[in-house]
Amino acid sequence: MGEFKVHRVRFFDYMPTAIRAMAFNAHTERLALGRMDGSVEIFNFADRYFQEKVIPGKDSRSIEALCWVGGRLFSAGLNGEITEYDLETLRPKYSLEAYGGPIWTITSNSQGAHLAIGCEDGTVKLFEVLEESIQFERNLDRQKGRIISLSWHPSGTQIAAGMMDMIRVFDVPTGRAVQRLLVDRGFGGSKSRETVVWSVVFLSDCTIISGDSAGKVQVWDGHTGTLVKTHLVTKWDVLALSVSKDESSVVVGTSEGTVIQFQFIAPTLQQQQDKEWVRTRTFKNHTHDVRALAEIETAIVSGGMDTQLVVRPLLEKFDERSHASALRKIQFPHRNLVFCAKKAGLLLFQFPGQLELWRLGESDGHGKPGDSLPLKRKPEKLLHLKRKGEDHICCSALSSCGGWLAYSTMSSVRLYRLQTDNNDISISKVPKLPKILRSAHQLCFSSDSSKLFAASSQSSVLVIALSQSECKYVHTLKPKSGSRQPIHLMTNSVDGKWLATANSDCEIHVYNVQKLKLHCIVPVYGSCPSAMGIHPTTNNLTMVHADQQIFEYSIVEKQYTDWSRKLQKQGLHNLWLDRDTPVTHVTFNPKNPEQILLHDMHMFCIIDQSLPLPDQKTQFYNQMTLRSLSEQERPSHLHAFKICKTFQDLLSVSLLDDQSLVMVERPLLAITCQLPAPVRQKKFAT
Amino acid sequence: MATLFEGFTLCGLVQTSSASDSAIQGIELDGDSDHAVVTDSTRAVTLYKVSDQKPLGSWTVKQGQLLTCPAVFNFQTKEYVVVSDNKVIRVWKEEDLNLDKAFKATVSADVWRVHSAPGGELVVLFQRGAVRLLDSLLSAPQQPIEGILSEKEVIRWSTNIVAEKQHFVLFTTEQRGEHFLYVQRLNPNTLQKYRLEREDSGASPLSFSASLRDKHINLLYLYPNGCVYQSVVAVRGPVGLEGVQALPRSLRLRLPVGEGELGAASAVALDEAHVAVVGMPHPSARTGKDFLCIWNTNFQTLQAEILRIVWCYLGKLFVPHGKALSVIPYECQKSSLASALGKLRHPGIAVSKSSVAIPSWNTLLHGDQPQGPTKIVDTRKSVLTVVHLQPLQTGPVEEVRREVEALVSRGDAQDLQLSVGRLACQLVARSQVETAFYAPGALARLVQTQCLCHSMCPDLLLLALEHKDYFLCQLCLQLFPDIPEVVTCACLKTFIGNEVLQTPYSDNLLVPHLKDLNAPQVILFLQYLQFIYLKYSQDVYTQTPVLRSPTMTQIIDWVCLLLDAHFTVLVMAPDAKGLLSNLQSFVKSQVKLFSELGKIEGSLQELHKMKPSKDISQYSIEVIELF
Repeated sequence: MGEFKVHRVRFFDYMPTAIRAMAFNAHTERLALGRMDGSVEIFNFADRYFQEKVIPGKDSRSIEALCWVGGRLFSAGLNGEITEYDLETLRPKYSLEAYGGPIWTITSNSQGAHLAIGCEDGTVKLFEVLEESIQFERNLDRQKGRIISLSWHPSGTQIAAGMMDMIRVFDVPTGRAVQRLLVDRGFGGSKSRETVVWSVVFLSDCTIISGDSAGKVQVWDGHTGTLVKTHLVTKWDVLALSVSKDESSVVVGTSEGTVIQFQFIAPTLQQQQDKEWVRTRTFKNHTHDVRALAEIETAIVSGGMDTQLVVRPLLEKFDERSHASALRKIQFPHRNLVFCAKKAGLLLFQFPGQLELWRLGESDGHGKPGDSLPLKRKPEKLLHLKRKGEDHICCSALSSCGGWLAYSTMSSVRLYRLQTDNNDISISKVPKLPKILRSAHQLCFSSDSSKLFAASSQSSVLVIALSQSECKYVHTLKPKSGSRQPIHLMTNSVDGKWLATANSDCEIHVYNVQKLKLHCIVPVYGSCPSAMGIHPTTNNLTMVHADQQIFEYSIVEKQYTDWSRKLQKQGLHNLWLDRDTPVTHVTFNPKNPEQILLHDMHMFCIIDQSLPLPDQKTQFYNQMTLRSLSEQERPSHLHAFKICKTFQDLLSVSLLDDQSLVMVERPLLAITCQLPAPVRQKKFAT
Repeated sequence: MATLFEGFTLCGLVQTSSASDSAIQGIELDGDSDHAVVTDSTRAVTLYKVSDQKPLGSWTVKQGQLLTCPAVFNFQTKEYVVVSDNKVIRVWKEEDLNLDKAFKATVSADVWRVHSAPGGELVVLFQRGAVRLLDSLLSAPQQPIEGILSEKEVIRWSTNIVAEKQHFVLFTTEQRGEHFLYVQRLNPNTLQKYRLEREDSGASPLSFSASLRDKHINLLYLYPNGCVYQSVVAVRGPVGLEGVQALPRSLRLRLPVGEGELGAASAVALDEAHVAVVGMPHPSARTGKDFLCIWNTNFQTLQAEILRIVWCYLGKLFVPHGKALSVIPYECQKSSLASALGKLRHPGIAVSKSSVAIPSWNTLLHGDQPQGPTKIVDTRKSVLTVVHLQPLQTGPVEEVRREVEALVSRGDAQDLQLSVGRLACQLVARSQVETAFYAPGALARLVQTQCLCHSMCPDLLLLALEHKDYFLCQLCLQLFPDIPEVVTCACLKTFIGNEVLQTPYSDNLLVPHLKDLNAPQVILFLQYLQFIYLKYSQDVYTQTPVLRSPTMTQIIDWVCLLLDAHFTVLVMAPDAKGLLSNLQSFVKSQVKLFSELGKIEGSLQELHKMKPSKDISQYSIEVIELF
């Protein structure tokens, strides 16, 4: 196959922010995840945990808790506001000041008719959920001390509220506090410190389970207000609680990074009637605070300060091994944060608060495979562009010539002209953008840099013509399907004729940019596309989906190619299908039209379409074997998927015009190093 | 872990004419857990206080009348009920003195049994299969009783079970060699009939036992070939299914019965993991000897054993035995593999090692005789048939040894397992009968096949001890995975070896038996342990591992156990003083060493982690090659 020169880039200091809250919608199987920077991510658990949507954060927004009401998503935070999100435009629909000081928690009753929030000023406020908004209804009896956590009784007539040193039970119809459960303080030095009841759950049999800052999980009888059982699970804080749908299991998250499961079971086989809450399992998949938890049908989902989302399957719920029964850690976003100017050898890194433009280094001479080449020129950071305003950057683009740069926030789009002569770089903002260009979900430049495409609301695409003097709105490309979902992928062809978009409804539209009209719709496949690209010579569209399926569609002939049909008929290798991170980039080798380049977090792959497809018996990862074989023996062992795992924690792979590869790695260890120190845990004899 | 405690005799029995018939018709519970109602085979009902072995009351029917069903206690009315001459039901209270003056009623059909259970009403089962509640029967004693069973179908066994407010009467019948199970539900009344699978030999089940577990009725039954089967009937079974259903069964246990068959035997489920079996003849014992054992069915291990069962209530087994009725308390703990098998052999001692070592011992003890003949017989006779060779029964020691040698070298693995066990049992049984006969060579050869374990032939090790055959004892200790702690201690009393220390054991079971050792024995043993410990710790680096030597951990474990068992005695014994202070200073030094090690543990771990890692910079240009 051949040798490649690889720019191994590790200077992208991508740093995900900590997970603060999560809410699982069992009906739609979507998990909403709130991060410290105020961004919200939606994962589709029915589609291999694909990160379907990202609502960018905002400086002033904070998220303490998230809550689904039907298909509507609400958040509340320490800024004192309740926010409802528009999941189609990916922006807050409205925010409402609750006038109770910082809000610690938000939760809806099981009927979905009311929201309750817990405020710093000691009030529990009820809001009625209306069709288009929410409306303040009343306060429950005001208490001294903040309301940290809330849980509705499934009947909706009572609410348990976790406070400082106590739990209150409110009767909702009258608003009166009917029970006061006193929570003990910790031992020793922490005796003088107030105990914070970080989390409560209220079960249908009126059992209340609480987790607090003294490290206790306590089981209470809500009828009598008596303590049934105390489990001391950590020396630090118990931060999060989540109960399974059938109320037979509760998971708690602690500051030590452990998730501990309690189950409502009989302690001995003989007495099946006398069930009690028994500590059963401990999972340690985090290094820091577990701030958010959800127990779903077959797994425990957890997240916290160490920024990763962990899906820990409950193996007793599975009959056979499958991708769903494997532990999943979601560390990287399922979309691109790195853009490469192939002609100019520039890299653009997207951060929530800034953009960085780098020029790659150079080397001279050649080397054997495995060698590191001496550097003639080091990589250079050309530009550090801070965003304007409070809104975080949601997308950006760099033209392949390196002459244009654009980014968008929720409220504005900015376009810059870049000029580089040798070592000098000058940047100028393009003034007076068309008014219609207010924000974009995705941006991309045409390969000749004459056009900017901006994905707008309802899956439409704005076409903007660029020239030295001005930039002009040309047309809006609209899909025929009438989908309201946002576009999350956009790519165009090298010849400038075609533009393909993919939205969260899994629809892929192909537009003819020259005629400014819709060309065709690719047959909808049940899993969301995670990456796609248009071949530079054949104009075939290659799509990779979240479930790891690969399709190739001929745009000219409006049908799947023979290779794609062959691949589907034979089926992909199980080892390919079992991978647990989605492919996030598809690109091609103009010098060798048979090659498709893909990557996910853990591997880089070149598919050679001229070679036979591997069947299930074929050794799939065969590079080591091939290396050991002689030239003569090799051809009989070759197959189409050439997978390289030398590079790990990959954020981006691209092929420059000079045939060298750019691999952007972000070692997880480097992320861990930047996290604050975890709680001190005494190791034996240290 | 099941343990049988020491039994005691509740009362004497009148010997009946036939050996297999019991002199007791039935034993039932009274309202008090310590009371038992014993009905003998003729005319008397006696109430005993079990713990005091004292009769509290006795009632008899007149001469000429016969009790035909064991007396039962009615938990609701605190009355006793018995049936005499098949048709007369008698009801009396504890304070009634004379049974003749008690209430009686004559019913229109022959009664098989009256059944009682706490929480349920009394139920009368008639010989033709009809079932009535006692109350409704007594209100109209002469009511017509229908016949359920067909001609020549007879009830063999019956019981009743109360579950979740549901009352069941279970009974099995036999008709022309076929066996059926009837499940009669009361209120509403439904009857379900199941056919038991036929055993290949066509034999009839020797005993049945039913218990309720997880909303299922578990039926346990034992065949003369030693197979204990279990069938499960759902409490909320299919209602209204007509006809006879086949009852699937699963094999819970296969008792080693040798080539013979069990003459009379009975099996009772104690809990989900344990089955008590009583029967005769014992496969490894002389004929005519009977036995009681508790088997763990999960792991198929023998848990406790003494000789002879019949009834089991509230942690006690009632066993008519010879001329007496014995009561044997037992205890079944929740079992895990570890508790069933005891502390495992130390992993450091691989089985392969010991098997390599044995032949050398053999040559050492038996001179330079060649390892047995290894010719392979062409006509592959089944080893099982060879077992019956005459020399084994009567021949002299040398001939037996040759036969065994030939047999062992020719059998294939599958057959060997079975035949070796039988052979060993036969030889041991013969040695026990003929005091002059003892075949150490043959027995050793059998043990060396590694197909034998203690459960298969429990008398072997004791026999070897009796004959002071230490070579065989050592072999057994090395190769048997399941030697009971009591036997280990018995070995310990006769000799101290490396092998004893390496036998598997469970701490909590061993300690009581260790207490049987006397002070001088303990001191000697401790001294020995200290000696080998010191020897080890001195040349721990220079020493090459010696085969079958105990590990440090095993030595320390034994020291701890001995001290646990005898600490008070040792403290008082003057000659143990030096030893104890030595041990104490040794422990002190160990604690100090470990605390020092603990302090540098972190650093040591870091050293371990320091792998030469490739320095990866922020940026490099590399060349890769794909094939």
